[in-house]
Amino acid sequence: MSCIQTIQDYGLRSIGIGERAIPKADFTLCEQFTLIGSGMIWNIYFGIMALVTGFFLATALALGKASTNVWLRKPSEWFIFLFRGSPLFIQFFFAYFFFLSLKQSFPLLDALTSAWLGALIVLFFNTAAYSGEIFYGALRSIPKGDIEAADAYGMTGWSRFRRIIWPTMLRLAWPAYTNEAIFLFHATTLVFFSAFPVWQQRGDALYYAGYFADKTFNPFIPYPILAFYFILLTLVVIWAFGLVNKRLNRHLPAAKRSKMKLRLNLAR
Amino acid sequence: MTNGVHWLFYLSFFKVLLLLAITAPVALGFGFLGAMAARSHILPLTWLGKGYIAIVRGVPDIAFFMFFVIALDQAFEWTRHKILCPEWTDPIRQGNDFIVCQAAKLPLGTAPEWVHETYGFFLAVITFSIVFGAFAANVLFGGMRAVPHAQLETAAAYGMTHRQTFWRILVPQMWVYALPGLSNLWMVLIKATPLLFLLGIEDIVYWARELGAFKNPKFTQYPHGDWRMWYFLALLVFYLGMTRVSEIGLERLMRRLSHGQATSGGELLRKETTA
Repeated sequence: MSCIQTIQDYGLRSIGIGERAIPKADFTLCEQFTLIGSGMIWNIYFGIMALVTGFFLATALALGKASTNVWLRKPSEWFIFLFRGSPLFIQFFFAYFFFLSLKQSFPLLDALTSAWLGALIVLFFNTAAYSGEIFYGALRSIPKGDIEAADAYGMTGWSRFRRIIWPTMLRLAWPAYTNEAIFLFHATTLVFFSAFPVWQQRGDALYYAGYFADKTFNPFIPYPILAFYFILLTLVVIWAFGLVNKRLNRHLPAAKRSKMKLRLNLAR
Repeated sequence: MTNGVHWLFYLSFFKVLLLLAITAPVALGFGFLGAMAARSHILPLTWLGKGYIAIVRGVPDIAFFMFFVIALDQAFEWTRHKILCPEWTDPIRQGNDFIVCQAAKLPLGTAPEWVHETYGFFLAVITFSIVFGAFAANVLFGGMRAVPHAQLETAAAYGMTHRQTFWRILVPQMWVYALPGLSNLWMVLIKATPLLFLLGIEDIVYWARELGAFKNPKFTQYPHGDWRMWYFLALLVFYLGMTRVSEIGLERLMRRLSHGQATSGGELLRKETTA
């Protein structure tokens, strides 16, 4: 079987298109590359969906935490503490069993116990809390002069927020937010290793890598392949976020632009 | 709540604390060595240090955990195999199997159960230390570079050798710069402990799953519904408590370390005491 054939058979295996049975023995390098790559679809799906949805909640949380109103501030603070202070791994477990018992009372909520929705919700809350804290930090370091200038122009409420506060907040937060995004992609590997079940062996990249390592007792091939894919993904994320960073900084003279300094913070 | 199995559950909390207590200093040691290597004047050593720092970023840490546990196990067995059974001629990797002679098996096939468990725990500790050592190396390397260069130049002007400058000037001052990073690392380490479960240790996650499950044939004398949700809620609260306590403790430590330092934190302390 040639490698092209393998890619056709297994390239979309993780989302259920192509061959049903996955190889059981005598794995070729091509098969390992294809299946682990196919699993990456899940990692990318979780990452992108959680980032896009989490972004809005994060903005709301940051504003809530910076608010002078106790009823807005306290819930935001607690939400952020709850999701930043506990391990994502435990959050997955708790959420899964919570959804499981929810399902017993309301059969309509069946989808919550499958990874594509249930794990996504957890990742969404989690990334919202982490980025909310980043945005909050940026919100507090917006130069005073910017806001005074907005006041002097007679801007208030929504237009002041939309035109002055929000873009500046994003600009200041962007390098840290990039790290958070990279980090979220790494965290997606936890999904199928916590409680969420893998249905018909359609797992993510780490699931397939673990499968190969288990079958061959040789960790030295599948895990480097996984590492290769993730480094590639990290580079793409850095590139894409770099474009946005450029746009956010385009009005500034070259010396004042915030460079994308990559200080990866670690695990969750 | 009090039968023998529950005691195993309570005991597993100590396993987590033990892991933290062992891993934190060992990882700090690895990190220190890594940072020293990365600063070295000998080129291969620099590469080694920088490579060590770079490799664990960019790749999910859980992949490292899973990789190192098997890799370390096989490395130990392979070494013992070479030493203990030199007459063995068959290849070790036979297709899908990893075969070493009986005497080289780790732990020995005849060893009692607790040796197996301790060995597994030992592997987990080493794995955690290697991964977190790289993170710590990154932080310490940054801390060493943040020490004002004038301090080192002054030391050189006083005629101190490289070694003296490093131990007497650089190391005492770097901690305050490294501490924010290290405290972040400590939080991350706390939050990484449930990953023990993935390394095959019977830790709190394992027992929470076992004990909470219903219709479990092993514990029929405690019939109850699916309580796993509540067990995990308890774990969640446990970790939140750990985080909160650490936050307060690290805050105090930072205050102590800032004392007499040429940083804004140190300046603030000076004003407080003189005013």
